Amino acid sequence: MRVPPGVAAKDFSDAIKQWQEAVGPDWVFTSDEDVDLYRDSYSPFWHEEQDPIPSAAVAPHTVEQVQSVVRVANEYEIPLWTISTGKNLGYGGSAPLLSGSVVLDLKRMDRVVEVNDQNHYALVEPGVSYFDLYRYIQDRGLKVWIDVPDPGWGSLIGNALDRGGGYTPMRDHFDSHCGMEVVLADGGILRTGMGALPGSKTWQQYRYGFGPFVDGIFSQGNFGVVTKMGFWLLPAPEGYKSGTVRVRRHDDLVPMIETLNYLMNSNLVQGTTTIASPLLMSRAAQGVSGGPSALLMSPGGPSVEELEKIGRDQNLPYWDCQLNFYGPTKVVEAQWQYAKEKYSAIPGASFVEGPTYRLPYDPQDTDKLPKRQFGIPSLTIFGLMGRSEGHMWFSPIIPMTGEAVFEAQKVFGQAYHDMGVPAISQLFVFPSSFFPRSFVILCGFPIYHDVEKNRRSREVFKGLVKAAAEHGWGEYRTHTAFMDTVADVYSFNNHALRRFHETIKDAVDPNGILSPGRCGVWPKRMRKAQA
Amino acid sequence: MTYTMTRQSKPILLGAILLTLAVPVFAAPDDVQVDRGHKVYDKWCFPCHGTGPGKPGTDSLRQRGQNPAVLEERTDLTAPAIKQFVRHGVFFMPMFRKTEISDSELDAIAAYLTRNNKK
Repeated sequence: MRVPPGVAAKDFSDAIKQWQEAVGPDWVFTSDEDVDLYRDSYSPFWHEEQDPIPSAAVAPHTVEQVQSVVRVANEYEIPLWTISTGKNLGYGGSAPLLSGSVVLDLKRMDRVVEVNDQNHYALVEPGVSYFDLYRYIQDRGLKVWIDVPDPGWGSLIGNALDRGGGYTPMRDHFDSHCGMEVVLADGGILRTGMGALPGSKTWQQYRYGFGPFVDGIFSQGNFGVVTKMGFWLLPAPEGYKSGTVRVRRHDDLVPMIETLNYLMNSNLVQGTTTIASPLLMSRAAQGVSGGPSALLMSPGGPSVEELEKIGRDQNLPYWDCQLNFYGPTKVVEAQWQYAKEKYSAIPGASFVEGPTYRLPYDPQDTDKLPKRQFGIPSLTIFGLMGRSEGHMWFSPIIPMTGEAVFEAQKVFGQAYHDMGVPAISQLFVFPSSFFPRSFVILCGFPIYHDVEKNRRSREVFKGLVKAAAEHGWGEYRTHTAFMDTVADVYSFNNHALRRFHETIKDAVDPNGILSPGRCGVWPKRMRKAQA
Repeated sequence: MTYTMTRQSKPILLGAILLTLAVPVFAAPDDVQVDRGHKVYDKWCFPCHGTGPGKPGTDSLRQRGQNPAVLEERTDLTAPAIKQFVRHGVFFMPMFRKTEISDSELDAIAAYLTRNNKK
């Protein structure tokens, strides 16, 4: 049997027995065969010593069982690594950051406690996936929509706590939450917001309760184990419409995004918008020496003028973006008309009318619908993975301006060039508005079962984190392998934020048992070793 | 202890699994088990391996020359092969833990996916 670091074999054996009593012997996993299922399927350390391996896994079914498991871990100072559905692939999956941690697997806590389609909210446990909640709502004909990230098998709670995003007006998943239940390191339990009031009637309706608002510290944190969480849902809309705006010239991106800001921040355009470039992605552009990625990612590629000429000759817009509208059909039609009016100020702007849907839709027709925009979970995104054996995401936040997009292209292009990476292998991924008022760039790194390739990818990844930070940009989320690297660049005033996090950690988890190292927050007893 | 175990590559596993496909299956799965397996399959496997657009498992198998590419239409899968794929993953398919698909649910999936094999 594997044993966690710093824990005596006898103590671990005693803890295992107590966990077996608490959750039942079938739900404590200690054999290598069972525990290896918790390793990261997309590990960037495949075949390497740093590949994290858990020592065991415990899977409680109720909040009382979670409390028991945590109390035992606290008594023996055993590090636990909490997962919800464990499907955070690309960011570490179900594997711990600290090798030897015991995985606290909450997948069996899969109850949908409540869905209310009058006030439009849900209360769920961590094991509930987007697929689960979608089926629950469909089976009962409830008039609410959920918002989904790309992979539908993830946990609503896990994704929101990792501050993931989706595509509809409720796309900022942490921002959409309302109320939490949290098991603390000593096994105690608290409820946040209005949940702190016994018998509260508004736990999922008013987020803040009274006094300091603490919910944020449980996101990307390791201060407690979230066992319930409320989410605001979108009232099932009466209609949906999309339309695409196209502009011809490179520099048109600046007014295009300025207008997008105005429309989105005024709530006239809703959901996630991605800036794309039909020109750069076209075969015509790829025929130019160096291809489009050379222009984007390295100095000396084809000039903007060359590309604009191809665009003129072949009637290809330099940039486009699809706008989404949710609401009664006469309202969304009017919003689209208004968006076109605003964009007509850009000379040469053109428009592609998208479909207008009258809702509700027939569930039999889901394959014909734009699933992500309709909050319909799927696994379609994995079709982009080609022949790789996994991926990880570099995902910096940049300002929502055309100038910032140009600067990011230049900076990351130069960074790739300086690291000797062939530009063509690293296609720039266009910015998306997964969160209000900023852009995320999602850049996927393929994972292979090849030590050298993965080692090189990790070096490039760290180089990009550094290049981003030097220009005032930081990642919104990262793989466990880079949590210290990313936390290091959030260093204002001699790492004041990290020191504050550590002060909280030492106060609420003095034995340092909960998810050591998550997002750069280490317990005191492990801090020196990590420094 | 130290944690230095290396991992088996999925493609190597795949080679072993493909060999097992040639082994005929003689046991006739009972209907209850097949029905249960169908339900588990619909929940866990269909979103990637089903019919219709946007099914990356089906698309990937098709691109690799597998015909039929939809698992439910296959008549050459074996229980050991299915269990290997689920517990070890293959290419970009991840491993599945026992809290997701229990051993008895995996037996049921295997019964469902081998229901049409030649007896």
